[in-house]
Amino acid sequence: MQKKTASVFKAALFTAFSLTPLATQAAEEVNVYSYRQEFLIQPLIDTFTNQTNIKVNVVFAKEGVAERLKREGANSPADLVLTTDIGQLQELTDAKVLQPVKSDVLNANIPEQYQAQDDAWFGLTARARVIYASKERTDVKSISYEDLAKPEWKGRICTRSGKHPYNIGLIASMIAHHGEAKTEEWLRGVKENLARKPQGNDRAQVKAIKDGICDVSLGNSYYYGLMLTDENQIEWARAVNLIFPNQENRGSHVNISGVGLTKSSPNKANAIKLMEFLSEKLAQKMYSEQNYEYPVKPGVEPSGLVLSWGEFKRDELPLYKVGELREKAVKMVDRVDFDG
Amino acid sequence: MEAVSAPVIRELSKHATTGAPDARRWRYFSAIVALIAVIPLLAVIYVAFFPTENIWPHLWSTVLPRYLKATFFLMLGVGLLATFFGVTSAWLVAFYRFPGRKLFSWALLLPFAVPAYVIAYVYTDLLEYSGPVQALLREWFGWRTPRDYWFPQIRSLGGAIIMFSLVLYPYIYLTCRAALMEQSDSLLMASRSLGAGALRTFYRIVLPIIRPALAVGLALVLMETLNDFGAVSFFAVQTLTAGLYDTWLNLGNVGGAAQIAALMVGISLALLYLERASRHKSKSYQSGGRTRPLTPAQLTGKSAYIASTFCFLLVFFGFLVPASVLGYYSIEYFDVTWNAEFFRLAMNSLQLATIAAGLLVVVGALLAYSQRIAPSALNKSMARLASVGYAMPGAVLAIGVIVPLGALDNGIDGVARDYFNISTGLIFSGTIAAIIYAYSARFLAISLGSAESGLGRITPSMDQAARTLGHGSLSILTKVHLPLLSRSMLTAAIIVFVDVLKELPATLILRPFNFETLATYLYQYASDELLEHSALAAMFIVATGIIPVILLNRASTAKQY
Repeated sequence: MQKKTASVFKAALFTAFSLTPLATQAAEEVNVYSYRQEFLIQPLIDTFTNQTNIKVNVVFAKEGVAERLKREGANSPADLVLTTDIGQLQELTDAKVLQPVKSDVLNANIPEQYQAQDDAWFGLTARARVIYASKERTDVKSISYEDLAKPEWKGRICTRSGKHPYNIGLIASMIAHHGEAKTEEWLRGVKENLARKPQGNDRAQVKAIKDGICDVSLGNSYYYGLMLTDENQIEWARAVNLIFPNQENRGSHVNISGVGLTKSSPNKANAIKLMEFLSEKLAQKMYSEQNYEYPVKPGVEPSGLVLSWGEFKRDELPLYKVGELREKAVKMVDRVDFDG
Repeated sequence: MEAVSAPVIRELSKHATTGAPDARRWRYFSAIVALIAVIPLLAVIYVAFFPTENIWPHLWSTVLPRYLKATFFLMLGVGLLATFFGVTSAWLVAFYRFPGRKLFSWALLLPFAVPAYVIAYVYTDLLEYSGPVQALLREWFGWRTPRDYWFPQIRSLGGAIIMFSLVLYPYIYLTCRAALMEQSDSLLMASRSLGAGALRTFYRIVLPIIRPALAVGLALVLMETLNDFGAVSFFAVQTLTAGLYDTWLNLGNVGGAAQIAALMVGISLALLYLERASRHKSKSYQSGGRTRPLTPAQLTGKSAYIASTFCFLLVFFGFLVPASVLGYYSIEYFDVTWNAEFFRLAMNSLQLATIAAGLLVVVGALLAYSQRIAPSALNKSMARLASVGYAMPGAVLAIGVIVPLGALDNGIDGVARDYFNISTGLIFSGTIAAIIYAYSARFLAISLGSAESGLGRITPSMDQAARTLGHGSLSILTKVHLPLLSRSMLTAAIIVFVDVLKELPATLILRPFNFETLATYLYQYASDELLEHSALAAMFIVATGIIPVILLNRASTAKQY
């Protein structure tokens, strides 16, 4: 009986082998799990493949990459993860699915502020969390994040869910500068001032300003460029001014999109090549032209449209600190019931 | 065939078939299916009790009461409003004649075809500040800003209650109408001849009659409400489902998500119990022999007008409006959306739906057949256990599928490395297999129920005749039963097919990377306020959803053999 079971089991295993292609160990490949969208990533990857002849396979995801890598464990086919913010990089760090990369090229191209302390992830582009203000109903020239809790903004603020990574990043940076107690007070103040329950995405808030539902909103800087170049949304963008907050003091909160190398990476050498490529001038420029972001590599100019919004002072807080405070920020949003 | 009531058949088939020589094998089969179906549930409970990080205190002190409150009020509101819609329309259609009654009797089922998240997108598009309705009002009254006038917020708990009720009341309409149609005339005649008015008749006669049927319909409505993720996340209503999603994918905490899931399982099981208990009751409520079939009374004048209007409004808001808006956008944006991408999505959806429907029809038929061939209390409880997934919300099932499959994959991989020195990699995780597993666990109850009722109508003497001719169980199944079962199995296949097309929460979590279905695509576009770009996908889902509506209507009004 036992023998029979064993032989059945073996047969089943062999069948399984014949059905599952082993993790691709092909000579020149890189497998990428990407939170970043196709329109942005595909041109970069095509350029890389043209230059190096290394084939890049990408799977795009909206959520759950860390969860998936955890479950795939040592068998994961993925080499790299591309993220849209620091929170996702932190999530990957917490899940212990990344490995450090020692690369002179990356260290030369990417400032300390935008790197993990143990070199497990690297920022590739930067974007500011800005305030969009109605041209019609405000005459704000300068504003700080702290101001949003002041009574003068009562019923005039729109934002997306407090749980969204972009807001979590901002709240985490507030905790870093002011401590938990003060930040929580501030967050309650902002909630008091909301014109409506948090809903929709960053662009929907600008549309709400155009519609007259609110007067100011929080949003990422590159959305301004995306709206201005979209015939359906240009009207929304024209209704607002983009204002960089906290220019009088520490500067605007900056978040990053980034990349990390997985622990289980089957094509490590090629994967690092791709990472380095993304940190070089050409790719940095492409990011800015495609998605109106700020290059992280010093000396690379952003796109003309981005330049037209003017120079601004950035918050110098290292991004790993924002990542570390992510969980505190999420729990704070829960406590305050910001979305309720 | 003459009418033989179900209990009699069961009684007969017991005696006729207990002696099947291969009964044991059939019982093993049932047990295995039940085990596979119940693993996700066990996995959720396991992870909930042994989480890696104890997030429970944080959840309890912050969001959980909120999730529970929102879920409770949503279910309460939907329960009341859907009952009002469903019972009223069933009562009107069953007992009265009024203009359009024939049309309404099936048209009232049409909102079934519209998933809750789709109707939520459509009405938001219509009723939000920049939508056509408010724009028109502003034009008429000369208002300029939102501060000039008050308009209800569609994206709210109240809005959600109305949306869910509009598309879920057909469950109640269907079960209650069937219960009312079975009544004999004498009851009503008696009530009327004693001078009771319509309303009094309704309270004293109709309500007691439909109570069990209403409980069944209501349980289904509430399960669907608990299951929804698309509409509540869009409306920013923080229900348990939304909370589960958030805890898992924003906090990256499977343990906490599983704890929320365990709570939801508790609620679902309570609903399931309610439904089962009332089904038992309904048997004793049915009047014995039919004296005279029901003859609906003719409504005239104002009351006829009110009855027609009531039914029309339900169909109008629950189906005609969403279908028109989606139809308009589909045509308007046809050139943009009718492309290779759309075909890819449709193919993905159809592939999943076909596989799930095919698989479930086979498994459901075999499981039902096992009950017939090898009836026993244990076997019966296995079949019940196998259908428990129907009460599991999709998001809960997703956790219940991911955890064991991951363990299985890594287990096989470990064994393979030890014995053969090769890595099998990941066989099931992150593949279509995981999604199909979740669908199967969730929808097995549908095909099983269909097969059971179909088999119940086949007299056991057929089995005996075939046995005497020397056929074994399988051969009887294929040669005798299947041809007779084909219709009810086809119905089950279609219902599963459409349910899979609509399914959102489990699909969102389990879909392989780079694999979008019509439903997930629609969810992502609509939540980015781009309904017009995904209207074609929504239209496709709604149009396909009309087919089972027609079948359901046929089945519920067909003559019983």
